[in-house]
Order: sequence, then C-alpha cells, then structure tokens
Amino acid sequence: MRPLILGAALLLTSAVLADSGLPPAPLSDTQLADPRQEAAAQTLMETIRCLVCQGQSIADSNAELAGDMRALIRQRIAAGEKPAAVRAWLVRRYGAWVSYEPPLDRVTWLLWAAPALFLVAGLFLARRSFRPRQRR
Amino acid sequence: MSNLIRWAPLAVFIALASALTYGLAKPARTNITSKMVGAAVPSFKLAPATSGLPGLSSADLAKGQPHLVNFFASWCGPCIAEAPQLKVLAEAGVPIVGIAVRDRPQTVAAFLARHGNPFRAIGADNASQLQMAMGSSGVPESFVIDGTGTIRLQTIGPINPQDVAGIIAAVRDAR
Repeated sequence: MRPLILGAALLLTSAVLADSGLPPAPLSDTQLADPRQEAAAQTLMETIRCLVCQGQSIADSNAELAGDMRALIRQRIAAGEKPAAVRAWLVRRYGAWVSYEPPLDRVTWLLWAAPALFLVAGLFLARRSFRPRQRR
Repeated sequence: MSNLIRWAPLAVFIALASALTYGLAKPARTNITSKMVGAAVPSFKLAPATSGLPGLSSADLAKGQPHLVNFFASWCGPCIAEAPQLKVLAEAGVPIVGIAVRDRPQTVAAFLARHGNPFRAIGADNASQLQMAMGSSGVPESFVIDGTGTIRLQTIGPINPQDVAGIIAAVRDAR
C-alpha cells in the first residue's frame, strides 16, 4: 500500500513540476576552464535567487531555469563581463529581489543601520543598569 | 515612566506576534513581475521553433504593429488551458507570436496540431535566454508589445476567459 501511495505522490509531483525534454544548457553544470573566472561565477551564483524555488540560490537549485541562469552567468563571465555588471543585468529585469546582496537604498537603509542602532540601544541600557544606585 | 518601561517588552512582543501572524495568514505571492515593462524589447533573433512557421526577431516587433508575445511550451500544462483563449484573441485580430521555451520542433508541432495554432511566428528559446532578457520567469507568460517595440504589459500565468477583453483593449491601445 505504502509504495502505491508513494508512487502516486511521485506521479502527481512530476505532473505539477513539468520539465522540458531538452538537456541542460551546456554551461549550466560545467565549470569554466579558467579557475579564476569559475570562482567569480560561482561566487555570483551563490548570491542570485532562483526564480522557481525562490528560497534557494541558483547554485543550489535543480530547477531548469536555474540551470539556464547559471549558464548565462558563466557565458557572460567567460566573455569578460564583471560579476557586478551581470548582477545589475539581472536586477534590471527582476528587481533587487533576485539578488541576495541587498543594496543600500531608501528601502534597505534600516536593515544596514540596525546593528549600529541596537549597539547604541544596548550601551544606553547597560549604562543605566550599571549606574550606582542612589541612596535614599 | 517606570510603568511604561515595565510594559514595553510586552507591547513589543504583542506587536511583533501580530505582525508575524498576519504575515503567515496572508497568502504568499510568488509571482515575479518583469521590470522591463515600459522598456524596449531586448535585441534578439530566434530560429523557427517548428517547421512551417517563421522564427522571430526583435526587428519583427518594431514595425508599427502591436503584438502579443506568448511564452509557452509543449511540456507546460497551463499552456494547454490557455490555448482556447489564444484562439479567441487571434480570431479577434490580435497578432500573436510565440516563444517556445526549451522545446523541440516535433513536440511544438504536435502541441499546435492538438491545441490549435494562434501563432504567426514562433521563435525557439532553447536555453531560456530571451525569457531571462525579458524578465520573465516561467510559462505561460505573455507580453503586449506596441508598434515601436516597447513592452507595455505583462501577464503571468495562463490567460483566463475573463482576461481576454482586457488584453484586446491593451493591444488596441498599443497601436
């Protein structure tokens, strides 16, 4: 019985997550020949969000589109483009959402300032609690 | 004053808990809208996706006539559900061109034979390159392109019967 249920579940998921019959793009899972370019591409991939799984980086995702995104990044890096330019190209199309490195702008300044703000608040609290008690 | 401070942690906790509960109860929005709406179609040239229909290039989309560019695939279930609406749009005179994402000529031909062919041309996007350049993140998706080749509108997911009138109007406005 259990294998039957498992099989049915597997069939259902495969129907929902349709995959094309085409093989992965050539550079989606193939490292670049130049180790420095490959390292740059890999570092970038780890900070680009998968459009399908949305909680994973494209370096981790098995979605076909993530493979195509990895191939695109490797192609552009191999052609001499800077990782920052490739990131900007993707952000231009999908918004800052696609990047796991939030920029410093009007929306995110609080995120960047939060550690400093908490530190100041903590110092303030500490100063208050370590102040010698006044004798009444 | 000291009373205020005593109750502050509880107030903060209640505020945070309600914010998080609200966030959990709200249905997740997983659609990623393209930021290319309002911009020119990126330059591209795609080979024909199947025999009997021409391929597609960005030059074809800037000849003074608006288009509906439909990203689809034979392996995509919702694209089948969308087919009758595309037929209605084509019969209403909307020029529809297709982008077959990660597909093979014979499977595209079989898909058209089975579900009808509303397309005037279909370009083959074998590694999702144009899909990414357009800021699209899945199939089916459609874009209304005006006569100058500017992206005017994006629809995500299958076009439903209630969407047809709006798309016809958007294409008319894109003249």
